[in-house]
Amino acid sequence: MDDLDQLEKSILEEISAAGDEQALENVRISALGKKGTISEKLKTLGAMTPQERQVMGPAINGLKSRVSDALSVRRSALRDAAIAARLEREKVDVTLPVPRAPAERGRIHPITQVIDEITAIFGDLGFSIAEGPDIETDHYNFTALNFPEGHPAREMHDTFFFEPDEKGERKLLRTHTSPVQIRTMEAQKPPIRIIIPGKTYRADSDATHTPMFHQLEGLVIDKTANIANMKWVLTEFCKAYFEVPQLTMRFRPSFFPFTEPSLEVDIQCDRSRPGEVRFGEGKDWMEILGCGMVHPNVLRHGGLDPDEYQGFAWGMGIDRIAMLKYGMPDLRAFFDADVRWLQHYGFRPLDLPTLFGGLSS
Amino acid sequence: MKFTLSWLKEHLETEATLDEIVETLTMIGLEVESVDDKAALKPFVIAKVLTAEKHPDADRLKVLSVDTGSGAPVQVVCGAPNARAGLIGAFAAPGTYVPGIDTTLAVGKIRGVESHGMMCSERELQLSDEHTGIIDLAEDAPVGKSFAEWAKLDDPVIEIGLTPNRPDCTGVHGIARDLAAAGLGTLKNGAVEPVKGVGECPVNVTIEAPELCPGFALRLVRGVKNGPSPRWLQQRLIAIGLRPINALVDITNYITFDRGRPLHVFDAAKVKGDLVIRRAKKGETVLALDAREYELNEQVCVIADQSGVESIAGVMGGEASGCDETTTDVLIESALWDPLNIARTGRDLGIITDARYRFERGVDPEFMVPGLELATRMVLDLCGGETSGARVVGYKGHTPKVVSFPTAEVKRLTGLDVPREESLAILSRLGFEPQGSDDVVDVTVPSWRPDVDGKADLVEEVMRIHGVNQIEPQVMVSKDTVGGRILTASQIRMRAAKRALGVRGMMEAVTWSFIAEEHARLFSGNRKLIKLANPITSDMSTMRPSLLPGLIAAAQRNADRGFADVALFEVSGAYEGDRAEDQRRVAAGVRRGTARLEARGRHWSGNAAPVDVFEAKADALAVLEACGAPVDKLQIEAGGPEWYHPGRSGTVKLGPKIILATFGEFHPKTLETMDVSGPLCGFEIFIDAIPEPKARATRTKSRLDLSPFQAVKRDFAFVVDNTVEATHLTRAAAAADKKLISDVSVFDVFEGPSLGEGKKSIAIEVTIQPTERTLTDEDFEALAGRIVENIGKQTGGVLRS
Repeated sequence: MDDLDQLEKSILEEISAAGDEQALENVRISALGKKGTISEKLKTLGAMTPQERQVMGPAINGLKSRVSDALSVRRSALRDAAIAARLEREKVDVTLPVPRAPAERGRIHPITQVIDEITAIFGDLGFSIAEGPDIETDHYNFTALNFPEGHPAREMHDTFFFEPDEKGERKLLRTHTSPVQIRTMEAQKPPIRIIIPGKTYRADSDATHTPMFHQLEGLVIDKTANIANMKWVLTEFCKAYFEVPQLTMRFRPSFFPFTEPSLEVDIQCDRSRPGEVRFGEGKDWMEILGCGMVHPNVLRHGGLDPDEYQGFAWGMGIDRIAMLKYGMPDLRAFFDADVRWLQHYGFRPLDLPTLFGGLSS
Repeated sequence: MKFTLSWLKEHLETEATLDEIVETLTMIGLEVESVDDKAALKPFVIAKVLTAEKHPDADRLKVLSVDTGSGAPVQVVCGAPNARAGLIGAFAAPGTYVPGIDTTLAVGKIRGVESHGMMCSERELQLSDEHTGIIDLAEDAPVGKSFAEWAKLDDPVIEIGLTPNRPDCTGVHGIARDLAAAGLGTLKNGAVEPVKGVGECPVNVTIEAPELCPGFALRLVRGVKNGPSPRWLQQRLIAIGLRPINALVDITNYITFDRGRPLHVFDAAKVKGDLVIRRAKKGETVLALDAREYELNEQVCVIADQSGVESIAGVMGGEASGCDETTTDVLIESALWDPLNIARTGRDLGIITDARYRFERGVDPEFMVPGLELATRMVLDLCGGETSGARVVGYKGHTPKVVSFPTAEVKRLTGLDVPREESLAILSRLGFEPQGSDDVVDVTVPSWRPDVDGKADLVEEVMRIHGVNQIEPQVMVSKDTVGGRILTASQIRMRAAKRALGVRGMMEAVTWSFIAEEHARLFSGNRKLIKLANPITSDMSTMRPSLLPGLIAAAQRNADRGFADVALFEVSGAYEGDRAEDQRRVAAGVRRGTARLEARGRHWSGNAAPVDVFEAKADALAVLEACGAPVDKLQIEAGGPEWYHPGRSGTVKLGPKIILATFGEFHPKTLETMDVSGPLCGFEIFIDAIPEPKARATRTKSRLDLSPFQAVKRDFAFVVDNTVEATHLTRAAAAADKKLISDVSVFDVFEGPSLGEGKKSIAIEVTIQPTERTLTDEDFEALAGRIVENIGKQTGGVLRS
């Protein structure tokens, strides 16, 4: 028995000394392999007397089982250590920067975003979007809109003209989106409910005027639409657009050749904080749009009988209401494509304005 | 249009406060742009100089002891030559802001002597240009009282932004009429008593251009004494920003603003013979009252005598016959001019005057003669003399417009319930004359309202006077169903293109529709350029035929600012001609430097490569897919328009004719002409060219059959002539078995000496998707054989050993 104890002691020492799984396997083979020390001991059982076997059998088998257990415990410990060592080796500096996804880098221009916001609001009110060409005729831009030839009101528009064609007709860049009113009336019968976002042009350039800018025109024509309706539509629009629950608006009489009666609209606001305008509070008035009942002459030019049909129209600067809402200080920067400006004032491409999710995040 | 409160009250009997007047003006359509309540003049008090001693250290300065009416006299150092003991003037204490020198006073030492304030000149108070001495008031001026109040300088000045339709409100009387109609008081009688003259006007007037001059009135006043106009008149003119000249001229300016009736005065001694109203001769010149010489044309109407043009009719008088202090005989003119012609003359000659402002809007024809009478009365009162009778030529009287007005129009157009009687009362207060008791009333329009033509105009009158505030917003029922799609197919595509390019890391730019002609020509494809006749700069002179030049220039601007790796896009219009259909909807983009889709610039995990044609191609295809183009049917052809690199550009087509897009790196000459540097690539997608998708009866997608058998991938490498296009090879591979082969991709392209001259190797991965059974080795062998054979036949490619 002493030599069994000796053997066990020596094997267990070898097991704990094994530094890796290969060494441990070698220990297993030298002990439990075909010619291993314990296997050899087991082979001796056959030559023993039953009495001897009665004693030695359990002793050797017990030894085998204890060695097996020790091997298994050691193997598992070695494996854990190996994994731990590998993981240690695989460690990286997770503070290293990763590239931003393209969708995070891209930007949508504020004009596009604001047009989407406006579209969401007016879409909900049952309006659709109409468009027209930037290069217009004098007829659509002025005459059909009740600007008489040579009238000072034409002069207020600082029109860009093209060279006259063979027939002496000179085209122009539209000075407002209103020509689309006429084009729409010619193309469809009332009821008409459209908004017309688009580029407009005037020969003018300073911090608040650029030779190209964007306007939003609105037109409603049916048999009942009146100024009271117009007040409601424009008030609802401004509340929704500026995302404020209440807003005080001031409608005051004004003059435009293509509307009669004509009104200008101011919004009450607080401009006491530099670079910021807050709506729904404050004591200042800020002019935001012009509007009115479509002039009977304009209806006639659009092929409609002003005693049968009536309606209202309005126009406002898209760039301007973008500046008012989002605080860009200089209109010229809208058209400079400076990536720093676009990064800051632009919108993420997956931020789609909706009424159910809010126009802006 | 500017006026003062006291001036207004000469025409309006009212108890209303300044605030009420201002608020009402804005709410009836006469928008108040500014109110100067003269608070700046409040701190100045009337003070008396008690003693004036010479300054010990300065010959020109005096040390004054001044009684300001409160407390002990104060010491003031003063340099005015008229400073003397006993003078009563306007004093500013330390802490007062003095507008004329833009300074807030402090106690100071002047050459060693303390000065506790300042005795002011008129210029320092911005009352006039007078600065030869300090203000010298009458002896009875009350010391200690407010100077402005005593001198009636505290009269608030109101400025309204007049809309071009209201000539009647270019005069204070018209403004008062509007306010009275709005319930703010009573309009005073503005009728003018005619002045009886002695004899008839000795100067004859012939109107040779009656179409430009529908009436002319003239009279001569002899023996006037022209000099400075009285203080009250000067103060009114100064208050509204006009410079007093002399009494005769000041009278014409006063009536211009008081009644909206411009007048002109000629020095009769300088007028040779009779007057003729005619068109100017081409090239004729006149030295006008602004001391500038104007060259006239046949569109300009002039008043001429024997020596030539004396006045640009309705716009500006001539220097030669102007009135000055030596004038003793004056011809006063009150006339009517064609508004459009006045507007054109003013525009052509670049002259803006108070007369033009009124005549181009249309003055009251019925006030031509009363205006002359009023001017005559003022001249006689202020300058003395004796007047001739009035000579009135050409005026055929005014035929008033009559508008048929159904009173229900107010409700129809505005939603306002204004009782019929009130509507008519409002119109009457404004000078209209409603007649009849039916639902439809005949309304006679007053002569001073040329803007009123129809019933809608009358609705506006009633609305603005009754009060726009009275209109309660009324819900406009929009729909009784869930809203549907409101955008058109092309509107949806424009939006989709923008978002698709945005998620590809590009930034949306909005650049000018007009660009430099040179840039436009580069991208015009030899089409006619659409040039502006009046561009504001040559850089913005020509409508862009493509969005690319604007984007390329924008990319370079960013590079010049230190941002070399930029990706920009724009979705907007390009102009191939000047007709509506020539405006194309285009999505375009450029990438510069290393601004690639996945990454840009340097990175620890690997630096981004310079952008190239394939980045542009990927962008182009992504937009086409987002816009709903049939991507599986597109053909990519090598080469594109001339602004691209001929070997690194491509064209996306649908069938033989429809070009959907072009993409590529740019031609070095394009970059050179635009003075920009690369690497730079770009693309353009023609949104209108994409066919509209067919309307579908159902939103159900086509059936999806998923094979239960494992898909297998096999690699092949072929050696082909290097002119063979990769698409050609992959198509040939796919055609080997359209049922089994679900995908063919290129994973390696290689050229090298080992392949031989003019050869390249293309390696493809073929995905085989069995659908009926698992394929055997023999099946794969057979399929591989067919692929090799097909490629050999169609491209000449040989399986690389």
